[in-house]
Amino acid sequence: MSQEETIQKRLTANFPSLQEKIRVQRARRLFAEVPRESLHDVLGFAVKDMQFTILCAITGLDEGGSLGAIYHLAREDGVMLNVRTSVPKEQPILQTVTGLFPAAEAYERELVDLMGFQVQGLPEGPRYPLPDDWPPNQFPLRKDWKPEARQTTAGAGEV
Amino acid sequence: MEHSESVRVPIGPQHPALKEPASFMLTLSGEKILHAGVRLGYNHRGIEKACEQRSYIQDLYLVERICGICSHSHATCFCQAVEELAGVEPPKRALYIRTLVAELERIHSHLLWLGVAGHEIGFDTLLMYAWRDREIVMDLLALLTGNRVNYGINTFGGVRRDITPEHKEAVLRGIDKLEERTKYYISVATEETTLIERLCGVGLLSHDDAIRLGAVGPTGRASSVKRDVRRDDPYAAYGELDFNVITDDHNDVYGRTLVRVGELMESYKMIRQLLSNMPDGPIAVKVPRKILAGEVVSRYEAPRGEDMHYVKSNGTEKPERVKVRAPTLANVQAVAHMLKDRYLADMPIVVAAIDPCFSCTDRIIAVADARDRRAGVMTWGQLRAYGIEWYRRRGTDFSRLNRAFSPAEGD
Repeated sequence: MSQEETIQKRLTANFPSLQEKIRVQRARRLFAEVPRESLHDVLGFAVKDMQFTILCAITGLDEGGSLGAIYHLAREDGVMLNVRTSVPKEQPILQTVTGLFPAAEAYERELVDLMGFQVQGLPEGPRYPLPDDWPPNQFPLRKDWKPEARQTTAGAGEV
Repeated sequence: MEHSESVRVPIGPQHPALKEPASFMLTLSGEKILHAGVRLGYNHRGIEKACEQRSYIQDLYLVERICGICSHSHATCFCQAVEELAGVEPPKRALYIRTLVAELERIHSHLLWLGVAGHEIGFDTLLMYAWRDREIVMDLLALLTGNRVNYGINTFGGVRRDITPEHKEAVLRGIDKLEERTKYYISVATEETTLIERLCGVGLLSHDDAIRLGAVGPTGRASSVKRDVRRDDPYAAYGELDFNVITDDHNDVYGRTLVRVGELMESYKMIRQLLSNMPDGPIAVKVPRKILAGEVVSRYEAPRGEDMHYVKSNGTEKPERVKVRAPTLANVQAVAHMLKDRYLADMPIVVAAIDPCFSCTDRIIAVADARDRRAGVMTWGQLRAYGIEWYRRRGTDFSRLNRAFSPAEGD
């Protein structure tokens, strides 16, 4: 059995609901779809029991009716486990993963600024990457966002 | 008691250590930094959003412009993603040429860093030397690709230019010279007392903290984090090359210097292997304009650390989503930690030592709209008039001086 299949097996053994939800795309690339409720358990298990100690990034996705977040985990041997979860757009709430990965802070702020996620438990701090005077409820990476929607505030009176 | 005497000092966004904007809010007690807060985002250009609105091939040129220093990193990372989506395998020769340009890029980037590091510690001779030698590799890149920056060598399915026996000879000659110079820099780094004393113990990042904070590239490797995508998750021709992953246990700016000069030596070694084992054959295969639906993650060891692209395709000629995680975003989170309890005077070299690249980090968002573009693009004459007017309103009138010095009115 390849190492990717071993990882797949171990995950489904511990989380029976992930049956059929994990796909091995190629050598060193796995994708898993995880419901929001078990996201933290799966991530915690991957980090603590399967050595997926690297968080490469978190990608936010606009899936139409819902928002998706992909946690790109990696091991030192180059295997990547991409864990995707979806939340409804009206209630786009995620729990922070900074407890597992302190460096996730910047990636989660990106999700908040660009996609309009609400990340609970994210420590206080400056926003990233949008300017402080960016209008609220404008999330540029959502599909329905058009640049025309932007209210230019910065520099307006600066002549 | 110390806290009651603390002072908050904003540094940046226009920056003493960098040519790029980043803002640091330092809380000082005397010369000591009690707390450092980092604010990024000043280089946001909306590249991820812009990618969704353009075709794959247009995006290739766009992502190449995420960064002027490691442009080949982003272009290659993106190409790999699109090729995997399309189910296309570039010919071997193309992969070798990509890897060759990648290592030349690493050499130019590390030499550039060495010069900047020298400058930050007041060792400007090192800056002059390193940047003079860097010209050798810049000339080689221009010879192979036609460009000094944004090489444009990549295309989906391969590369756009072949290399000739003359190119090969020129590269080998250049590499010999650079290797000799790098040996000299290694002796400077290991024997020059001023440099050692200035860099040792500065910007400390312990092994555990480097892992906890997710440091990548030479910043992590200088804290004994033996991670390198070229070895761990091989791409292009790296699987066929014999090289070492350079690490160091100094955990400080000095270690980061040793790692980078050590990596230069490895790059020369790899380039010689690439040139002597370069397979014959075509340099590109055709890739359809429409890319099959799917999602992939591509990784690349850029000079500053791991670069990651996520690309999602919906079966059309435009991607559904492009996500870029450049190495600086992973490293900048360790900077605040490195600055804490250190001296203010160390700040420029500590920040410079991760070799930050904020244009890489801040890519994404707001595409300028039609209205903005009209307001945003000024002719030289308009800009000049705007500047003169701006100062005049604040009580400084340059118009007389301008008339005296300007060669012609309205230029």
